[in-house]
Amino acid sequence: MNKLTSLIQWFDPKRYVVYLGFILIFAFFAITLADDGFLTTRNLSNIVLQTAPATIMAVGFVFVLSAGEIDLSFGSITAVSALSAAVIMQEHSMLAGIAAGLGAGLAIGWFNGVMVAYLRLPSFLVTLATLGLFAGIARSMTNLRSIPVVNDTFTGIFGSGSLFGIPSLILWTLGAVIVGHVIYRESRFGAHVLATGDNANAAQVAGIKVPRIRLAVLMASGFCAGLAGLLYAGRIQAAKYTLGESDLMIVIAAVIVGGTALNGGKGSVVGALVGSLMMGMLNNGLILMGLPVSDQMIVRGLIILIAVAISLRDNTR
Amino acid sequence: MMTGLSAPDESINNNHEPVLKLENIHKSFGGVVAVEDFSLQLKAGEIVALVGDNGAGKSTLIKIVSGVHSPTGGTILLDGEAVTFADASTARSQGIEVVYQDLALADLQPVYMNLFLGREPVYGPLRLLDRKKMMSETQALVEELDVRIPSAKAIIKDLSGGQRQGVAIARATHWATKLILLDEPTAALGVAETAKVEKIIAGLKARNIAILIISHSLDQVFRLSDRICVLRRGVQIGVKDTADTSKNEIVSMITGVN
Repeated sequence: MNKLTSLIQWFDPKRYVVYLGFILIFAFFAITLADDGFLTTRNLSNIVLQTAPATIMAVGFVFVLSAGEIDLSFGSITAVSALSAAVIMQEHSMLAGIAAGLGAGLAIGWFNGVMVAYLRLPSFLVTLATLGLFAGIARSMTNLRSIPVVNDTFTGIFGSGSLFGIPSLILWTLGAVIVGHVIYRESRFGAHVLATGDNANAAQVAGIKVPRIRLAVLMASGFCAGLAGLLYAGRIQAAKYTLGESDLMIVIAAVIVGGTALNGGKGSVVGALVGSLMMGMLNNGLILMGLPVSDQMIVRGLIILIAVAISLRDNTR
Repeated sequence: MMTGLSAPDESINNNHEPVLKLENIHKSFGGVVAVEDFSLQLKAGEIVALVGDNGAGKSTLIKIVSGVHSPTGGTILLDGEAVTFADASTARSQGIEVVYQDLALADLQPVYMNLFLGREPVYGPLRLLDRKKMMSETQALVEELDVRIPSAKAIIKDLSGGQRQGVAIARATHWATKLILLDEPTAALGVAETAKVEKIIAGLKARNIAILIISHSLDQVFRLSDRICVLRRGVQIGVKDTADTSKNEIVSMITGVN
């Protein structure tokens, strides 16, 4: 009897909804778009390359949600980071540009984190405000102009380059997911993030420095958004205020579908990767189907709604 | 019946230093006196119950001993040495653990992670979580204490109230070297669950730890404790050997009505 129940729990479909969804969507496009080049290596690898920034943002977002907080501002952070890197690189070295991009991400994450962790303002409202604030700053930084990125080393490392035949964007994605997964699942910090989101009171009495955890997850999200900004700038060889603007819905959907609880205490970095690839595949397939942009948006919205509804059923505590 | 007004605790004379000795503890919040002139000794392997009506100062005392509040006056001695606790972490590092009535457990995490919450062992240069060690130590401990849970990997929210309180007590037992404070450990539990948790608490005596328990159930207090300490509106009314007193006597001490 006990064996049986544990077997049923093991096959709990909710745990695998992201993988099932991934396979279903893949199969659907593979059949319907067989003649439109969906299954070509080139197209499939394009999907992975295009989702790289969103996947990396999703890794940071898993930590934020798991700690019981939310970050709505990461899209704006991406734009500010990309622009900072591009502007600095016009005058200074590549390393200075990278430092500026990542530093901007960390600094904005720190700003969010201090408001949330130490002033105890709700992260939803703080990051909603900073989403707008830094979207405005991104626009005013260069008066809406896009800044070209001409440093070949930079565009190689963060964009079109490859190492041992593996495109650098895939390496960045893999690196972020592996590092994120190990920290999330195998470090004390990860355990403390989960405990904080699960029961902040219990975490506090157990000696976990809860405010420090809240600050750290928002800084992690800022850092990931900053790295995503560098990848965007590297791939399109320019930085613009629109970078990251449309990623909010996709990243949140990827993370929720990937099995991270909206209220914290539970989640998966690998699930977020698969969720992000699923969203990228959906995007790609709808374009190949030749749907007009408005219809793409409607279909994408509906599919995300269904996927999120299935993921969250009985899973919201 | 008010014999308890004699100086508390003179009945205890022992060659060993008591584990915990509270001397003339006083605590006031602003002008309001919560506890005045409280003295008590606890020996290893002894269960002392703290009883009194709501607002009598029981929880304040637990918070003083666990380092959450610092006393306005008086001395806390651990193994004969005067100590002051800056916060709950300091008290914990001195071997004092608290089991709260509202179960300070992380519901979505497995039992073993809760047992090691905030004190997870790590291995290797990358300082990775030592899950194997946590699981095997948890398994051994729950078997030893007879806390019946499906496995060390079970998620807390899938457990019953009694099993959860069993986990909370197991955690305190694992880390406490001197003293466990139990704040209404069965307040949220049914009859059968309460019996199970009481059995676990009674089993702790053998581990040579001092236990201070707050309970509203006099039946429970008489089943578990060696001595009973009565508080009324912050004043220590008296300490009685459980074997030499009766519920009627304790009730009249609590209420002040004969």
